[in-house]
Amino acid sequence: MTQSNSIDPRLSTDIAEATQWKLMWLKFRKHRLAMFGLCIVSFLYLIALCAEFFSPFDPSETSTADLFHPPQRIHFVDRAEDASWALRMYVYDQKLTRDPITLATTYVKNPDKKIYLKLFGKNEPYNLFGLIPMSRTLIAPATADEKFYLFGADRLGRDMFSRAMMGTRISMSIGLVGVTLSLCLGLLIGGLSGYFGGLVDAVSSRAIELILAMPTIPVWLGLSAALPATLDPLLRYFMITIILSLIGWTELARVVRGRFLALRQEDFVISAELDGAPTRRVIFRHMMPSLVSHIIASVTLAIPSMILAETSLSFLGLGLSPPTVSWGVLLKEAQNIHAIAQAPWLFIPGAFVALAVLSLNFLGDGLRDAADPYASEGS
Amino acid sequence: MSQMSSTQHTQPPILEVKNLETSFKTRHGWFKAVDDVSISLYPGRTLCVVGESGSGKSVMSRSILQIVDAPGKITGGEILLHTDFGDGAGHSTVNMIGMDPRGKQVRAIRGDDIAMIFQEPMSSLSPVHRIGDQIGETLRIHMGMSKKEAIARSVELLRMVEIPNPEEAVKRYPYEFSGGMRQRAMIAMALSCNPKVLIADEPTTALDVTIQAEILELMRSLQKAHNMAILFITHDMGVVAEIADDVAVMRHGKVVEKGDVYSVFASPQHDYTKSLLHAATQCEGPSDRRLAMRERRPLGDPILEAVALRKEYVITPAGFRREAKTLLAVKDANLQLRDGENIGIVGESGSGKTTLARCIQRIHSVSSGAVLYTDRQGNTRDLAPLTKPDLKEPWRDMRIIFQDPFGSLNPRMTVGQIIAEPLMNHGLGTPVEQRARVAELLDLVGLPGSAAERYPHAFSGGQRQRISIARAIAPNPRIIIADEATSALDVSLRTQIMDLLLELQEKLGLSYLFISHDVGLVRYFCDRVVVMYKGQIMEEGETEDVCTNPQHPYTQSLLSAVPIADPTMRASKTRTRYVEG
Repeated sequence: MTQSNSIDPRLSTDIAEATQWKLMWLKFRKHRLAMFGLCIVSFLYLIALCAEFFSPFDPSETSTADLFHPPQRIHFVDRAEDASWALRMYVYDQKLTRDPITLATTYVKNPDKKIYLKLFGKNEPYNLFGLIPMSRTLIAPATADEKFYLFGADRLGRDMFSRAMMGTRISMSIGLVGVTLSLCLGLLIGGLSGYFGGLVDAVSSRAIELILAMPTIPVWLGLSAALPATLDPLLRYFMITIILSLIGWTELARVVRGRFLALRQEDFVISAELDGAPTRRVIFRHMMPSLVSHIIASVTLAIPSMILAETSLSFLGLGLSPPTVSWGVLLKEAQNIHAIAQAPWLFIPGAFVALAVLSLNFLGDGLRDAADPYASEGS
Repeated sequence: MSQMSSTQHTQPPILEVKNLETSFKTRHGWFKAVDDVSISLYPGRTLCVVGESGSGKSVMSRSILQIVDAPGKITGGEILLHTDFGDGAGHSTVNMIGMDPRGKQVRAIRGDDIAMIFQEPMSSLSPVHRIGDQIGETLRIHMGMSKKEAIARSVELLRMVEIPNPEEAVKRYPYEFSGGMRQRAMIAMALSCNPKVLIADEPTTALDVTIQAEILELMRSLQKAHNMAILFITHDMGVVAEIADDVAVMRHGKVVEKGDVYSVFASPQHDYTKSLLHAATQCEGPSDRRLAMRERRPLGDPILEAVALRKEYVITPAGFRREAKTLLAVKDANLQLRDGENIGIVGESGSGKTTLARCIQRIHSVSSGAVLYTDRQGNTRDLAPLTKPDLKEPWRDMRIIFQDPFGSLNPRMTVGQIIAEPLMNHGLGTPVEQRARVAELLDLVGLPGSAAERYPHAFSGGQRQRISIARAIAPNPRIIIADEATSALDVSLRTQIMDLLLELQEKLGLSYLFISHDVGLVRYFCDRVVVMYKGQIMEEGETEDVCTNPQHPYTQSLLSAVPIADPTMRASKTRTRYVEG
C-alpha cells in the first residue's frame, strides 16, 4: 500500500522536473530502430569527418597491376608452419593469372604470401581536418609498399575502400549543406506565410505548389547541365547543393507554415501579443522554440532525399564529376554490364547509400515521434 | 462506508463489481488507478460515481467493459454480471474478469447486456457514416437483423430518444446534428440492443446546461421504460442530485463513501464528500467576501464601455451581383464596467460571449461600434479603430486570463520568464527588479518562489491558473478579462481561484469581466450579469435580481436548467423551455 503511494503520479512530483529535452530523449530511447539509426548515422558522419584517417590509400592513386582486383578478407589468426599461432591481421596476396585458352584474367590466392596489416599504423602523411598533420591511419600495411583491397579495386586499380570512405564525406555533407540551405529558405518563407496569412500566404503557397508540381529529375538535369563543364570541382559541388535545395525547401516550408498556422491560434501566442511583445519577439522567442523539435525531425527526414538526389544526378553523369568522389560518382562506374559480370564489388557504395538513407529515415521517424513528449499524455 | 444499504432494493443486483483493482504500469512500478472498488448496480436504479479529475472513476467504468487503454490492466477483483432469462426461466452469473478482452464472450456482452456512452459525442460517432447506418450496424451484428429491419428499428430508436422527424434523421450525417442531438443519437445506439446496464461516462459534460437538463430527463424516462441499471459517471454534484438514486464518491482510486442519494446529501460522512458538497453549494449565492468589499469601497466611475458593439464574420465575400454572406457574432452590445466592479457574461456555447470579450480587448477587430476606455488620468479613448502598436498601452491596463491552463502558458519558457514577459516588453524595471517582482507576484498568488525556475508542465491545472493570474496582474493592470478562467478546473479548485481573484481585487483595485457558462459561478463572483444568446444581450442587471427574478424568457429557461445540488428539490423544480419568438 505504501509502495503504491510513492508511485502515485497524483502525489509525486519528480517526473515533472524533467525538461522537455529530457522527456524527448526518454521517449526516443524506447524507439529501437531509431537508436540503431542514430548509431549508424553518427558512425557515418565520423567517417565523413575523418575520411583520411579511415582510408588506407590515396583514393585517386591508380595501380595498373591491380585492375579489378577483388576484395580480400582480413584474417586474424596467423598460423605458422610449426602450428604455433599469433593474433595478427593479414590478408593473402592475390596474383593475376591469365587463362591460356580463354585469355580471361583471374586473381588467384597466393597462400604463401601474407600481407600483414597494422591498426593505427604509419602511412602516407596527411592533414586531419585539413589542419592537423598526421600519418597514422586506422588500418595500414605493415610494410610501406604493400597494397591491399578490402572492397576491391576499380578499372584503374584504385582502392574502393578508400574511395568509399572519401565518398562518404561528400555524400553525407551534401545532404547537410543542401538541407541547411533549404531550411533557411523553408523557415523564412513558411514562417512568413504562416504568421501573416492572407495574401503573403496565398502567394507563397501557390509558389510552393508550382515548384512541387515540376518533375524534379528533369529540372535538376537541366540546371546542372547548364553549369559550365570547366567549373572547379569544389565550386561545382557547391552549385549542385544549391540546385538541390532550390527544390528541397518546399517540403520544409509547408511543414513550418502548417505549424505556424496552428501555433498562431494558441492562447500563449495571443497572450504574448497582449503582453506587448513585438512581432519579431513573438515569432522568435515564443513560437520558434515550439517548432525546434519538429524542425529537427523534418530536417533529418530531408537529408536522405538530398543524398538520393545527389546520387542519382551523379549516377546520370550530371552531378559531381571526377576527381571529386561521391557515392553517386562511384556508382557511375558500375553502370555497365562488365561491372555486374566481373566486378560486383563496385556496387558497394550503393550499400552505403541504402544504409545511410535507411538509418536517417529511422532516426527521423524516432525524432518525430519523440518530438512531442506530451502527445501520448492526453486523456 | 457503513452507510445504510437502501431498503428499496427490491430486486437483486444485475452487476456487481467486487474489490476491483486496475493498475497502470509506470516507470516506478504499478500504480493503482482503481483500488479495491466494490459497487452494485440494480435494475431501474441509477448509481452516480462522483469524483474529481484523476479519481479513477472513468478507468473504473472502462474496466467493467474491459476497454482500459494500455498500459492499464485489471489486476484483481471480480465483475459479476447476473443475467436473468426472464419468466424464471433461469439465471446465470458470469465473471467478466478472466475473459479475453478481445474475445467473443466480452464482445457479446458489450452492447448486448452492457452499453456505454461517452463524453464527447462528436468523436464517438463516425463522421463519414449516416446515423441510421451506424445504429443499424450494431443491430445487424448483435441481433442479426436484415438491413431493412435495422433501419426500421433505428427510426424507432431515434423516435424513442426524441429526435424530431426520425425518418429523415437516419439519413443524416453526424455533422448535421447539434451536440445534444448527437448525444441523443449515441444513447439511441447504446439502447439499440436493449441493454440491461448502461454506463454513461460524463455524458453531459460537453453540453450546455439547457441541453444537459434535456438529456438527463431523457435518460430518466428511458430508464423507467426499460428498467435499466445506469452507472453514471460525473464530477458535478448538481447532476448527481438531479439523477442519482445511489451515490459512490471516489477519490484517488478508492470509494470513500457510498449510499443512498438523499442520505449522502443530507448527512455526508466522509470529509471529502463534505468538501465536495460545500464547494457545490457555495456557488449558489453571492460571495460574502465580495459583499463585504463593496460595503467598504463603493464602485467608481465607468472605466470601460462598449457602445453598440458589433462583430460580423465574412463567410463568403461579396461577388458579382451577390451580397457578402456574413455571420453576426455580436449584435449591438452595450456594456459598462465601473471601477472595482465585476461583470459576468453568461451564455451557452456559441452565444458570442467570448467574441464580445475579445472585441472589447481588441484581440479581434470590431465591425462597428466603440470601445471606450478611460485610463488612470481620466482620458477616454475609443479602442475600436486602434492598430496593434497603439494598443500596447491599453493592453497593459486590460489583461486576460484564459480558460485552458495548459495552452495559455508557453511550454518552452520557465514560469519566471512567463511572468516577467509583460514587464520586459513594457520596460518596467531592471532585470533584477523584475526578478524581485516575479517573486512578489508568485507569493501574491500563493505559489512558492522556487516555482519561477520551473517549467509550466511541472504544475497542476490549478497552479497553472495561478501562474496565469500572476502574469495578468504583473504590469499593475486595472481590468482583467477572465474568459472561463475556472471552467477547466475541479469544483474545489474553482472557488479557491475565485476567492484569490476577489482577494487580488481588494489588494490591487481591479475590475473583472468574468465570462462563464456557469450561472452559479457568476452569482458567486459578479455584481452585475449580462445574459447573452445568439450574439445578443438578452438581459442585464444586478446578479441577485436576475438570478432570483429573471425577466427574459431565455434567462428563465437557462436558470431552470441549472442543476441544484439538493436531491430534495427535484420534485419542486419546473423546467421552462425558451422558444425564439
